Amino acid sequence: MTTAEFHAPASLENAVRLLGAAGARPLAGGTDLIVQLRSGRAAAPSIVDLKRIPGLSGIRRTADGGFAIGAATPATALLADAALAAAWPGVVEGANLIGSVQVRNRATLAGNLCNASPGADSVPPLIAAGARCRVVGPAGERELAVAEVPAGPGRTTLAPGEIVAEILLPPQTGADAYLRLTPRTEMDIAIVGAGAWLELAADGTCSAARIALGAVAPTALLVEAAGAALVGTTLDDAALAAMSAACQAAARPIDDKRGTAAYRTAMAGVLARRAVLKAAERAATRTKA
Amino acid sequence: MSRLHITTTVNGDAQEFLCEPGATLLDVLRGPLGLTGSKEGCGSGDCGACTVVLDGEMVCSCLVLAAEAQDRQIATIEGMADGDGLHPLQQKFLEHAALQCGFCTPGFLVAAKALLERNPDPSESEVRYWLAGNLCRCTGYDKIVRAVLAAAADLRQERTVA
Repeated sequence: MTTAEFHAPASLENAVRLLGAAGARPLAGGTDLIVQLRSGRAAAPSIVDLKRIPGLSGIRRTADGGFAIGAATPATALLADAALAAAWPGVVEGANLIGSVQVRNRATLAGNLCNASPGADSVPPLIAAGARCRVVGPAGERELAVAEVPAGPGRTTLAPGEIVAEILLPPQTGADAYLRLTPRTEMDIAIVGAGAWLELAADGTCSAARIALGAVAPTALLVEAAGAALVGTTLDDAALAAMSAACQAAARPIDDKRGTAAYRTAMAGVLARRAVLKAAERAATRTKA
Repeated sequence: MSRLHITTTVNGDAQEFLCEPGATLLDVLRGPLGLTGSKEGCGSGDCGACTVVLDGEMVCSCLVLAAEAQDRQIATIEGMADGDGLHPLQQKFLEHAALQCGFCTPGFLVAAKALLERNPDPSESEVRYWLAGNLCRCTGYDKIVRAVLAAAADLRQERTVA
């Protein structure tokens, strides 16, 4: 590994300055970056560890009643936060499908997002949740939707030197779910992942919905037509069928060793339907409580 | 390339070492620190043979940079036995023949100990899911799972007696 410098700054300002150097890479959990450095797929003359920056490790409540998850917060810490796990179980469960316990004790949402794998398990539930991120960089700070970060496999829309400092989840007004299909139950990568978020009105009709898919396109997809197919319905069979069809129409997967494009397309509809029903069950329970 | 001077705690003892900026914690444990119990199987976080506990959480030491260990607490397989007295998990692994070649064993033991500290009475499924990040090519896992369940029962007994 040809890494000549290691920095562990204690402030975000110093991290941004250090990340301005050519080839500098941020280190959060390291479960993708260190693998890539060791295999020679990536080079990082300088590594900037984000884990010593106060505020970047941990979860805080935001003024609007949502959550801000620091870029260096590991997946298992999300599970340990009872309020977050109750409000956004789909996001928390998605992050905790990644790798093994050893990996989840290090791997972060921001890292999963910025590694930009099409199959990243935490990204579809974040997109379905309407999550945004606080990005900091040489030009200052900005906010953008999680869905706008991935640009293609291994590529993001972030400018050089920019990092995701926090993932921002809105206050929960409905319920969410994430399901993935893998040949094995653990230590595997999604053939399809489906995230669903929806709101139910008092009479049981769906008042808002967002559906996102992973592993069926170069980036995770927000399928607007799938969400629209549910709004105003009681999630009856016809609405669910229209939602599934919209997912299948949006999917443009590849054939690989995990599954064929045709199989992935078919399963995108099936998984999305199951995720919607699971989110609906959670929303109904919440409405009663 | 300037080497970094890192001070840390390993198995309760203060340690210091010099490392390259890109060296992994596993490199340093097995090299300068001479703690060769943690094994390098895959080097990519898939096999768990290098599992150690970092500030209370189990991690793959091949996916931690050595420089990250500054001021942290590390527990390795070398700290598991109490002198000549084996940890109940080690004892049960022997009794149940839960190893053949032994390469994966340190990682399984460190991971199983982390489980039993959190969950003293895990179900078989909970053991299997917890240990999903540790690969064994010899045993077929069954003997390992039985050894962990037996050690858990022993530790619960000890606790009741104490």
